[in-house]
Amino acid sequence: MSQIVKLVAQRLALGLLTLFIISLIIFLCVEMLPGNFSEAILGQAATPETVAAFNRELGLDLPPHERYFTWLFNMVQGDFGRSLASKRELSELLGYRLENTLFLASVAAVIAIPLAVTLGVLAALYRDSFYDRAVNVVTLSSISFPEFFVAYILILILAQNLGWFPAISNINDELGFWEKIYRTALPAFTLTLVCVAHMMRMTRAAIINLLASPYIEMARLKGLRPGRIILKHALPNALAPIINVVVLNMAYLVVGVVLVEVVFVYPGLGQLFVDSVRSRDIPVVQACSLIFAMTYVLLNLLADVLSIMSNPRLLHPR
Amino acid sequence: MPRDIKGGNGNMKNIDQLKQLARDQKVSRREFMSTVTAMGVTVAAASTMWSSSVQAAPKRGGKMRMGSAHGNTTDTLDPSTFNNGGIIQQGYAMRNHLSEVDNNGTLIPELSSGWEASDDATEWVFTLRKGVEFHNGKTMDANDVISSMNYHRGKDSKSAAKPLLAPVTELKADGKDKVVFKLSGGSADFPYIVSDYHLAIMPADASGKVDWQSGVGTGAYIKEKFEPGVRSTYKRNPNYFKAGRGHFDEVEFLTITDVVARTNALTTGEIDAMSRCDLKTVHLLKRRKGVKVEEVTGTLHYTIPMHTDVAPFDNNHVRMALKYALDREVLLKTILRGHGVVGNDHPISTANRFHNGDLPQRSYDLDKAKFHMKKAGLTSLSVDLSAADAAFVGAVDAAVLYKEHAAKAGININVVREPSDGYWSNVWLKKPWCMVYWGGRPIEDMMFSQSLATGADWNESHFSHKRFMELLVKARAELDEPKRRAMYYEMQKIVNMEGGTVVPLFANYVFAMSDKVHHDPKMAGNWDMDGDKSLERWWFG
Repeated sequence: MSQIVKLVAQRLALGLLTLFIISLIIFLCVEMLPGNFSEAILGQAATPETVAAFNRELGLDLPPHERYFTWLFNMVQGDFGRSLASKRELSELLGYRLENTLFLASVAAVIAIPLAVTLGVLAALYRDSFYDRAVNVVTLSSISFPEFFVAYILILILAQNLGWFPAISNINDELGFWEKIYRTALPAFTLTLVCVAHMMRMTRAAIINLLASPYIEMARLKGLRPGRIILKHALPNALAPIINVVVLNMAYLVVGVVLVEVVFVYPGLGQLFVDSVRSRDIPVVQACSLIFAMTYVLLNLLADVLSIMSNPRLLHPR
Repeated sequence: MPRDIKGGNGNMKNIDQLKQLARDQKVSRREFMSTVTAMGVTVAAASTMWSSSVQAAPKRGGKMRMGSAHGNTTDTLDPSTFNNGGIIQQGYAMRNHLSEVDNNGTLIPELSSGWEASDDATEWVFTLRKGVEFHNGKTMDANDVISSMNYHRGKDSKSAAKPLLAPVTELKADGKDKVVFKLSGGSADFPYIVSDYHLAIMPADASGKVDWQSGVGTGAYIKEKFEPGVRSTYKRNPNYFKAGRGHFDEVEFLTITDVVARTNALTTGEIDAMSRCDLKTVHLLKRRKGVKVEEVTGTLHYTIPMHTDVAPFDNNHVRMALKYALDREVLLKTILRGHGVVGNDHPISTANRFHNGDLPQRSYDLDKAKFHMKKAGLTSLSVDLSAADAAFVGAVDAAVLYKEHAAKAGININVVREPSDGYWSNVWLKKPWCMVYWGGRPIEDMMFSQSLATGADWNESHFSHKRFMELLVKARAELDEPKRRAMYYEMQKIVNMEGGTVVPLFANYVFAMSDKVHHDPKMAGNWDMDGDKSLERWWFG
């Protein structure tokens, strides 16, 4: 167990370093984009005078390194700062959006992960059958289409023609839990369709890989039923690669949903991120990137820890 | 346009006004019938008109869910930074202004009860409406008005409205309900300027500090939730001072930037109205049951400015040849799919007060183009035209069409495709001939001063004309409307005949709503969505 604690500590330290580097890169990138916040927000009305007045008010007239280190210093002390545009506390601005994004990701994960693993196990069980081929064709086609296309097809069928679900995900705090789930259904289905194939194929491949090993042969010779062989003997040993791909897909569900959020007008983090880059609202861009980066770092860590725990041999190295 | 038809238009306008009065229950049936029949309408028709007008009377109630194409997460309630249709619409719902451009395009008092100018139009006195309360119960007074205006003035102002108020040299209260503006030069349009969406009246404390943060105003709707770029909710202001406006009990304002999502939301009943329809599919949307599509001609227009001080554009015959060598009708059909009107080589729209309708419409005329080529001493002409879709959607296609039309007159247009990134800083005002769009201005003086006055920053055609400049300054301070009209007519003619700008098209505002939503027969064209005042003007039938 101490092995794991040490690993977690090491990885967290590295994660912090990663976050620092990312914040630096993002800051430099936004700095290199043409135009600045004041020009972006004032648009056609940006005369040199108004831009100068705006910069002075926001402290944007200071040299870049000074601004970066002030930001970093505050950040370390837990002060995320304020959005340049709305002057709102970032924790308040981001909290609600992050909550929404995580909500959508969770709903999608709750549908997608059991579905993908079940489909994968069944595909391994009935390898090369009609079912195996059909499920492969369907999931591979859905992953091959761009997300927005899948989204539009779902809207056309489920919202326009059948009228079962709303075409836009207008969610807010005042709604009850089930109403929220209902309004999140279409984006969640879209994400499910887009990420099931990857997980399903990995599950299938990992199990099929093991089916050739001697202990499975032994089990078969003992006369066990194929279902039991796969669930009891093969699946536990195939967990490590499956966990890896599942967790990577979860990271995708959190950070890769910008297009889906736009199509369904879902008030999540991705939409905010895009808007903030466009208006050069550096504090918001920084905070969003850090959240995304943190999601990746933490989920990767989780994947490693879980794989190790699922494999006693890795847990007790000699 | 011939005189008699204009007279007919005048009648139509009066009937519209009467219908409006009937709807507002300000005119009796007897008065209505006698006036309308006196205009030459049959008794039966007049009777139908009366009943349809009264039936269409606005009703209070319901929750309006508005899907706007605009709105950013960076929007705030600070009117000095308003820069998109979404936040402008909400600003007009929360707050009021000294004056208002009504749905007929006429300037009427809003928070003022009237105004008076000195003879040279350099001093304006606004009398404030009495007893108007802000949402927080405070009564509006001169201090609020002065502070709200001062918020945009001064050295440290970052307001986009700073140039609008630049001519104001002194601003003071005359008692509790009169405000005096002193201007550095005469400006007959000053009451129009204070209707600008930036110049909202907000509550101020004794030190003159305005409170924009709370969103408290005098408007028809009280802010409840404000999540910029996503969703805002409002409830009706029970003490709204304006009669016959502000009908919805609640408003939910959604920003839906993606046009497909917006259309889906409307057709599946998730929202009740949307701005900016997709012109490519709007004919399909029109067929949809329960949805109506509305179009209003506004001031948005496209221009193709030539630098009039650069050869060959310094020769007016070359400019005229190029103006005649473009088939505007084809452009209207292909680029705007018919949702607009052809331009007449000046920037004043039919939505403006002083649009010169007497000026003959310029058309595609190869003989005239060839005639002007000959006058310029040319048998053939080769020019570069810079275009990118940053100018407007379809700008490159428009340039290619222009090339084909002009080729028939012996003019060779070489279309230079420019990158969209940085188009406004690297191409516009730099390249001698390029594609441009203008949001347009509701006031002639503003439009001319910004785009055609000698030395103006955005004088995209480097136009410099002595008589034009004389008229510009004179018309600005002229309070006599017929005289002003004559001056603006002449200016449009000058630009049409001698200007360096081809104005091929004015684009319509195209928006859609559920057929439960009703509005006045005429909608304003000064901004999108009924002058961006749809929230207080529309109602559920």
